[in-house]
This record gives sequence, C-alpha cells and structure tokens, in this order.
Amino acid sequence: MAETIHLPIGPQHPFLKEPAKFDFDIQGEEIVGARMNIGYNHRGLEKLCEERNYYQCLYILERICGICSHSHTTAFCQATEKLLGLELPKRGLYLRTLVCELERLHSHLLWIGVAAHEVGFDSLFMLVWRDRELVMDALEAISGNRVNYAFNTIGGVRRDLSDEQRKKILALLQPLIDRLEYYTNIGSHEPSFEARVRGVGRLSKQHAIDMCTVGPFARASGVDRDARRDAPHAAYPDLEFKVITSEECDIFGRVLVRVLEMVESCKMIKQILDGLPEGDFVAPKVMRRVPAGAAISYYEAPRGEDIHYVRGNGTEKPERVKVRAPTMANLEAACESVVGSFVADIPIAIASIDPCFSCTDRTSVVLNDRRRGRRVTTWGELRTYGIDWYRRNRGIHF
Amino acid sequence: MNALKVALYLLVFPGFAFQSVFSTWLEWLDRKLYARMQNRRGPLYTGWSGMMQPVADIIKLLAKEDITPAHADRKAFAFMPVLSLAAVITAGLYIPVWHLSKFNSFEGDIVVVAYLLTIPSFSLFLAGWFSVSPYSLLGGTRVLTQLFAYEVPFFLAVLTPAVVSGSWRIATIGAYPWTSGHWWVMPIQIIAFGVAILTLQAKLERVPFDIPEAETEVVGGPLTEYSGKKLALFRLQKDILMYVGSALVACVFLGGFRGGLLLGTLQLVLKTMFVVALLSVVRAACARIRIDQLVSFSWRWLAPASIVQFLIVLLIKAKGAM
Repeated sequence: MAETIHLPIGPQHPFLKEPAKFDFDIQGEEIVGARMNIGYNHRGLEKLCEERNYYQCLYILERICGICSHSHTTAFCQATEKLLGLELPKRGLYLRTLVCELERLHSHLLWIGVAAHEVGFDSLFMLVWRDRELVMDALEAISGNRVNYAFNTIGGVRRDLSDEQRKKILALLQPLIDRLEYYTNIGSHEPSFEARVRGVGRLSKQHAIDMCTVGPFARASGVDRDARRDAPHAAYPDLEFKVITSEECDIFGRVLVRVLEMVESCKMIKQILDGLPEGDFVAPKVMRRVPAGAAISYYEAPRGEDIHYVRGNGTEKPERVKVRAPTMANLEAACESVVGSFVADIPIAIASIDPCFSCTDRTSVVLNDRRRGRRVTTWGELRTYGIDWYRRNRGIHF
Repeated sequence: MNALKVALYLLVFPGFAFQSVFSTWLEWLDRKLYARMQNRRGPLYTGWSGMMQPVADIIKLLAKEDITPAHADRKAFAFMPVLSLAAVITAGLYIPVWHLSKFNSFEGDIVVVAYLLTIPSFSLFLAGWFSVSPYSLLGGTRVLTQLFAYEVPFFLAVLTPAVVSGSWRIATIGAYPWTSGHWWVMPIQIIAFGVAILTLQAKLERVPFDIPEAETEVVGGPLTEYSGKKLALFRLQKDILMYVGSALVACVFLGGFRGGLLLGTLQLVLKTMFVVALLSVVRAACARIRIDQLVSFSWRWLAPASIVQFLIVLLIKAKGAM
C-alpha cells in the first residue's frame, strides 16, 4: 500500500475561484480522505443588513453573489413582501421572473465554461463564454448592468420593459437554443470530455437526499426537487416548464441537467415575453415600516434553493436577515463525493456544484470549547477582571 | 573554412540561434491557431500580429526574480533546466538540413535523437523531485508515469519509416521516397504518422495529455516552484522540444528536407509548420484525460496500432515491393 500523502488545496489554488480550504489524503493518485474548511471570505453582510433599512438591504444583498445577484434580492423581496402582505402587480412578477431566468441562463453557461476549463477543455470554455455574452447583452438591455442588475425592489421591479427591448430579447433566444443543442452534442459525444465526467463524483439518490443537497446537483442524482414548482413564487405558477432530472448520479448528469434546464429557461423566457401582462410593474404604495413578524422565502437560484429568513420589528430596519445560499447545502456532499476517485477529479468534482464560497461563508464562534481551552468570558466576569486588573497594576480602586 | 562552417552549424543554423528563433515563432503559430480555433484573437500586440509575444514572454521571465525553495536541492534544482535545454538543442543538431557529415548524420542517429528527446522528461521528473513540494512531486510522478505510457508507441511509430527504408539514418529515411521513387510508402504509413502525432503531443505535455502540469489539478506540476531564469529556460526547452519533435516527425514521415540549404530549409519550415498545425488541432479538440485513461489508451490503442503498422510494412517488404 502506498504511503498516504497530505495534499492541501487552497485557500489559494488555480482551480478555486474563491478562497476555500480542502485537505485531501492521497495514496498515489487515489483520494482516501477529504476535509474542508470555509470562512476565508466572510463579509458580515447579514449583520450589515440589520443596520440599514429594507431598501438599502437590497443593494447589500445583491452583492452576496456576483453571479446570482438577482436571486438574493428576489428572495429578500419575497420575504419582505410577505411581511408587508403586499399584492404584487402581474407585470412586475413577470419582469422579475424574466430576469431570474436570464440569470439562470448566464449562470449555467458560465458553469459549463468553468467545468470545461477544469477538465482542460479550453475550446469549449471559450465558445460557451462567447455565447454567454448574448445573455449578458439581454440583461444589459433590460437593466443597464451586466452583473448587479439592481432590478428588484420591494413590491415589484424598478424598470419597465419596452416593446423594443422585448423584441431584442426574443431575437436572441433562437440562436441561443441552437448553440445549446450543439453543446449538448459536444457534452455527450466528445470522447475525452465524456471520459472525464462520466462516473466521476458519484452521489447516490439516497445520499443526495440524506445530505440535503439542492438544485441541479440534487436533480442530477434523481431527486425531483425544484422550488419553482414545489414552493410557487414569482410568475412560475403561470408558466409551463419541466423539472429536469437525471438518473446518472455523476458529473455527466450534472452537465446534462444544466444544459437541459437552459433549454427550459429559454422556453420560459419566450412564454414570459409573449404573455407579458399590461399594467403597473411595481406596487403603487409600499410602506417603509415593515410590521413585526418573521417570514421565510424560498427561491430556486441557478445553483439551487436559496432561503432567506427576514424578521421585522415594526421599524424601517430588519431585525434579522438570514441567508442560506445553495452552496452551503451542497458543499459537504460534493467534498464527500470526491473520496475514492483520483486527484485529477478533484477540480471537476468540487466545481460540479458550482460553488460560490463568498455567498456561503460564515464564521462560527465556539463557546466554551474545553478541548482547546478556550473560554467565553461573560460581561460580568470581564468587569470584575477589569476592576481587579486596575487595582493590582495601577492601584486604582473603582 | 571548415571550422567556420562547424561553428555556424552549431551556433547559427540549425544550431542554437535558428532553433530559438524558429521554435518561438512556432509557439506563436501554435498559440495563434489555437486562439483562432477558439474564436479568440491570440497574441496581438508585440511585433507584427503578436509574433514577438513568445520572445517577450521569455525575456520577461529572464528579468524576473529567481526563487529557490528553502528545502530544495540547490544544485540539482538549478541544473535541471540547463540539462533539458542542452539535450533538446543537441537533438536539434541531428535534424538533417545541410552540411551533413559523419558527425551529425550517421547510421543510428534516429535512436540518438529519440534518446535525447527523452531526457527532458527525466529532468522534469527530477526537477519536480528536487523542488520538494506536494504539487511538484505529484507532477513529477505523473511525468514519469506518462513517459512509460507514450514512449514505446512513439519509438515504434518513429522507427516504422526506418524499417521501410532499411536505414537508421534520419537523412536516408527522409530521402527514401525520393531515392527509391516509391512515393506510395508515405500514405501507407498514415497509422504510424497518427500515432507519432499523438505521442508527440504527450511528449510535449499538451492537451489532451497535459496531465503532469494540469493547472487546475497540480498548479504547475513539476515546474510549480520554478521562477525567473530557470523557468525561462524550461519554457525555451519546451519550444525547442516542440520544434525538434515536429521536425523529426516531418522528416521521417513527410519526405525529409532534401534539396540543399535553401530548398531544404524551406521544406523544413513548411513541413514543421504543418506538423505543429496538426498538434494545435489536437490540442483544441480535446479535454484533458486522466493519467489512468492515458495509460490504458496508450497500451490499448496506440501501441497495438503501431504494431499493426509494423506488420503492414513488414508484409509489404516480404513481398519484395520495396
């Protein structure tokens, strides 16, 4: 038996787009153990939200993730609207969903490029990212921005869609669907690519359910779960779409699910643009003070189910905002699925969940950790200690 | 006069100067073709449509800080780039273009070239070994594993034309279709040519066989710890290896570089460009495969294919047709 070598990957490594730490035990090229650690990118956005009003929170939450920025604002808006008991105008919901689906398209295209790069297929990477520009152009035409669209607001959306813009987006769809067909073909028929993704990073259906995985990662293991259908929100109840699942249980399945989901997204966009209702795009009167109470909202982000919890306390500022980004749910399962495969499979297996570490990073403080000898000092103890310290060292008696 | 000629041969053409200039130009060609196949522009700014980019890269590296890891074996660490560069430049001297004498063109020089072209792989492995870092070690081990996979098919493929011509001298092998008049021997070696292209790709560690230096897996592979001048030497070595490998394949399979200095050089340039273009196509069309997949691919497909080619050639030879 070969000697076990410890292979650290991260916090900085070419395959990681954001800092995270993975530790692998390898024997030759085979992985026998995997551990992970996140928290290098914690920005404290949840805490920041507690000191801003709801509208300012939108701009903070938009910056949780650079790829699915619309997802987080949508989830937050939905929770806030629930608290306010707002009824949204149909056009606003449709426009919100339009950007959601465009965002899913560009996120999945980005992922396919990244996955191709992880297995050294740079030609596919370049071509996919070229076509992603079509979607980015559409998003720019709608919102004026390519990344953080600032499109959502509480009670609807911030901009209307003109007929000209509508036609422009419709014209983009057909070439995109053609290209997607081509990529499906490459993904399932190019032998060197297939050899790298088939049977790699296996995650059985039962395991996927046990580990609470979400999104395309879970759907590729045959878990038929999609918040768009199961927890209806935005305009999804009005739209016809299939929830794509695959029984492949490996990275090949994840590629397939994402590509087919993009085709579904294109169809949805067409439905939205064809049946765009007339009327307001934002609710006419929205209270700035949000009543006390708590709300949870589900949203199917490109990477999976995004959950926001918002607690209002009757003021203009939320008392608590809690974000559970989809990467959090998937990361452990992905790390575990690597064990038993080869070192060469690490990048693609981790990347197969489309990780977004900065979305998911959080710090945890261990209270009274006896094992490491750390103790938490209470306020009273600190006060006594302070008084004691000054009396002994400075001769000051309080 | 003769001494001058020898000096010219060693230092200018086809020695060091020509090899460095032409091989960096070939790198530009490869990068440009690769970029165009990916719908990119490729190098653009340094020189005419970016032609000087590879040279600029190497000069930039030469000027950069040169770091030796604290735990590395200092002497061996510094020696490896020099050794591999020397090996490939020496191999390049046996590419028969002009001034053929008994020193640079003799029976068995094809074996010498094949042997010299193996040294870079070993020095890469040792470079990884001596730099003492997990990525370098892993990359170095992969270099060696990969060597065992592609080396035998490469030898078999390159030696097929030698069997056809009945000579172990590169110049004679290349000239065989001209001297014997049997032009049909070139198309019947298509299998060996294909195997040679693929194994050359593996030797050069390019996609789909860039396993030892797969960026997303082992950072830079054996070269992870290299920087500055030493890395520049390794890069130049890689370019020259590409030139020498392509020139060797072009010479033995595509009819050699006969016709004196001018015509010979022209043929050398064009045929080598053709081989490099093929290498670029392979690079653009594939994903990187795993090391175990490479080994099984080599022994299951490439080695049998070259043996089949051998059999075809031997059967034709037994019939007395050549």
